[in-house]
Formats: sequence, C-alpha cells, structure tokens
Amino acid sequence: MIRTIGSSTLCVVAEFGGIANFAVLSIYEFCCQRRRLAKWVLAVHEIGVRCVPIVAIVGLFTGLVMGLQLYYTLARLGAEAALGDAVALSLIRELGPVLTALMIVGQAGSSLASEIGIQRNDEQIDALQTMGIDARGYLVGPRLCASFICFPILTACFDLIGIFGGYLTGSVLLNVDAGVYWNHVFSSVQFADIYGGFIKAAVFGFLTITICAYRGFYTHLKSSSRGVRGVSESATRAVVFSSVAVLAADYLITSFLI
Amino acid sequence: MSDKFLSISGLKKHFGNNRVLDGIDLEIERASITTIIGKSGIGKSVLLKCIANLVLADEGKIQLDGRPIIQSRKTARQPGGVCFSYMFQNNALFDSMTISENISMPLLETTSMSTHELHDEVEGMLGRLELGDVSSSYPAELSGGMRKRVALGRALITKPQIVLFDEPTTGLDPERKFSVLEMIANYRKQFGFTALLVSHDIPEVFEISDRVAWLDQGTLRFIGKPEELELSADLELSRFLDMANYGRNKTE
Ligand SMILES: Nc1ncnc2c1ncn2[C@@H]1O[C@H](COP(=O)(O)OP(=O)(O)O)[C@@H](O)[C@H]1O
Ligand SMILES: [Mg+2]
Repeated sequence: MIRTIGSSTLCVVAEFGGIANFAVLSIYEFCCQRRRLAKWVLAVHEIGVRCVPIVAIVGLFTGLVMGLQLYYTLARLGAEAALGDAVALSLIRELGPVLTALMIVGQAGSSLASEIGIQRNDEQIDALQTMGIDARGYLVGPRLCASFICFPILTACFDLIGIFGGYLTGSVLLNVDAGVYWNHVFSSVQFADIYGGFIKAAVFGFLTITICAYRGFYTHLKSSSRGVRGVSESATRAVVFSSVAVLAADYLITSFLI
Repeated sequence: MSDKFLSISGLKKHFGNNRVLDGIDLEIERASITTIIGKSGIGKSVLLKCIANLVLADEGKIQLDGRPIIQSRKTARQPGGVCFSYMFQNNALFDSMTISENISMPLLETTSMSTHELHDEVEGMLGRLELGDVSSSYPAELSGGMRKRVALGRALITKPQIVLFDEPTTGLDPERKFSVLEMIANYRKQFGFTALLVSHDIPEVFEISDRVAWLDQGTLRFIGKPEELELSADLELSRFLDMANYGRNKTE
C-alpha cells in the first residue's frame, strides 16, 4: 500500500519534471534555430487567429447569460445598477481567462497533440532529428512562444465581447440604463484585475500547450495502445489533462492574487 | 585521421526477449559503400537507427570519424558534428509539405543559404530525380517509387559526409532501381560520401558496393567484397544467396 502510494507519487513528480524540462528545452532549442520569426508567426496564426471565432462566440454567449442571471439576482436585492461591476469583474478576473483557455484547448490543443503524435508515429520526428533539427524546438517551441501572446490577447477579446453581451441583455433587453452599466464597468475594474487576468491567461497558455505537445511528442511511450489509437488516446488525454491543469492553476493563482 | 570513418564494436540491442543485435563489429572506410543484406526482420533497420542515434543501444561503441557518437536522445546535435543523412525505410516525408519543401527543408533549417541558391539546388535535385513535374504536389499524391526518390533527394541535398540508406530501391521498377543505384554511386564519386546501405536487390546492389555484410542472428556473419560472397563456406549464406537469385543470374 505504502509502496504503491510512494511509487505513484514519484511517478507524478517525475512526470511534472519531464514536462517542465520538455517546455524549457523546447524554448531553448527554438531560440537556437533559424527562421524563428516565420515559425512564430505561423504558430500565432494557428493558435491565435484560428481561435478568434470560437472565442468570440463563446464570449458573447457567456456575457449574455451572465447579464441575464446576474440581473435577476441583483434585482432581488434592488441592486440592478451593479450589473456592470458584476459582469465585468467576474469576466475579467475568472471566466475570461478560464473559458478562453478551455476553448483554445478544444480547438488548438487537441489538434496540436494529434498532429505531433502522427508525426511521431510516421517517424517524421526521427527524420527531423537525423537532419540535425531539434524536433522540440521546431514543432513545440514556436507554439509555446506564441501561446504567451495569443492567450492574453484572446482573453482580452473574450472579456470585451462578454462585457458587451452583458450590456445587450442588461440594457437592451432588460432595463438597466446604458450609461449606468458602462459607468459601473469603467469604475469597478482596476488595473490589477486586468493584470491578474493576463497573468492567468499566459500561465494557462504555457500549461496547455506544453501538456498537449508533450502528450503528442511522447505518444509512443505514454499511450496504452499503438498507432492511430495511441494518437487519439493522446489527443483525448491532452485535452482532459490540460483542462484540469487550467482549473487547478486558476485556483492557485487566484489564491495568490487575492 | 584514420581511414576507418565509421567503426562499430560490440553493439548490442534487445527488445524484451528479442535479441536483435548481439555483438556487431563493423569498420567502414571513408568514401566506401557498404551494403548490409539479410532477411527481413533480422535487425538491419535497428542497426542503422543505432548508428543514427535514434535507437539507444544496450552496449557497444560507435565511432564516427574517430569520435564516439554520444548515445543519448537528449539533443538533435549530429553525431560528432559530421554532416550526416538518413533515408528511412518508410521515407518519413513531411506529409503536410510539398515535394520541393520536403527536399529544401534540411538546407533551409540548417544552412544560411540564400533563397536563390536554395531554389537552384532544389530545382537541380528535382531534375536529377525526374520529379520536376510534381514539385508542388504532396507526398500522398505520389506513387511509392516517387516517394522513395523524394526521400533520396532529401537525404542527398545537404551533401552529407555519411549517408545511411534503408532500402532505397525497394518497390522501384527495374529501370528506376538502376537509376537510383547509379545516382548513389555518382554522388559518391562527386562528393565522396561514405554510405551504408540496406538492400534486398541482391545482384544489382553489388555493382556499386565496395563491401557486403551479411546480418544474421544478431551478428555480421560475413563481411567482405561482393566477389568473395560466393567463395564463403557458410552454408546458410549460400542458401540465402540462392534464394535471392544470386549466382544463378551470373551463370545465365
Ligand atoms: N521499437 C521496437 N520495439 C520492439 N521491437 C522492435 C522495435 N523495432 C524493431 N523491433 C524488432 O527488431 C527486429 C528487427 O527489426 P528491423 O530492424 O526493422 O528489421 P529489418 O531487418 O527488416 O529492417 C524485429 O524483430 C522487430 O520486431
Ligand atoms: Mg528494415
């Protein structure tokens, strides 16, 4: 019993070490490579630009629903005027970074894990290695560096659209005065809230992209099945693990920031 | 500088209970072509992968140009700083890149060649490989033989000092087979690379080989010149060669 607990703890710690090492080496090797800007731009396109529609849609609906829910809750207390504060703060502090990260995991993380997994199975990663191109630096590094900028920017988009959604339900459909809504939004949000949201977004980006890439890169070692099944298992695991990691990290960071 | 460009001693590798390589000793001279023959599944690809640092050997030493290959998976730094290429048995082309992107990839990533020079190099290579028409197709759109030639182009474009070819001619029609072998021989003459070749095309490949090694039961049971093969007293080797039509072709 104790042995099992001990060995599984060691396994988990070793895994964390492996993931951290993987991330650091990926970025280091990427910095040693050629055509860094081109690769980085491509990765920004892949992780950032392609995720804009989904982030915008989810942001809008989140804002709409929050406007609705919070309006009725606040109305019971006679505090409808505080709708702007409630929507803006909950989006910027919590929901924005978390939901954006989860959306990007669904869109870019799963495809990253399966793409790298297939390249592993097809010996393309070995081929890179024999050409003297570090596969981590080539495949993972640009994406990691792109995630530092994509996640915060997408989170900002999500927040803005969400706050606008809150305005749509709160002022256009229900009867909070538009001026009051926006006034409360502007007066309640402090720079620290935005800053904290960005820190979260950057950390989530780093975590999710690292986990997804790691699972794909070592699909031949970590999956219980081989070939295509192994790759699909890796993609699923990558999405599950990175979603859990996002929520766990969110709790940790929030408790530090508050 | 020693003339033994690549030397392997006591190389062992097993997967579970399967002892694939059980003490390989091989010395390869600079600018020579050595062919490894042997049954399928006997460990030829594993041997090449050990040399290419893709598979971690259990025991043994591999020296390239007098310096040991550091057997680790840590980095992609090439063994001993020698320019080196590997042609995979299954080609391992980048399937989301076009043919010309595939061939230019090693130059683009590892040299500081100008776009113009790079273009010329790639065009030249595509021409020699008779792949000019398909330069903007994707690997999945080509036939097996064409993919082999793309892989050959990608391996040779960097003008490597040593190339490991894993079955470069398998699946080609007889005419293409000769042209690929001829190309390897010509390149060797031109750039003086050292080659280690795995092939099943037994009579044909001997024309370009300086030496032949026969891998069986985990060891190289015969190493010598192609002409010496027939003189070997090893019964199993003669049986293997008979199966591969060697000898019969000569008497016909
Ligand atoms: N990654 C691996 N894991 C387990 N066994 C392997 C692996 N790679 C190769 N083998 C085994 O090694 C033996 C030699 O394989 P290989 O070198 O591919 O043969 P060939 O001589 O046809 O190229 C085979 O029996 C194969 O099952
Ligand atoms: Mg093989």
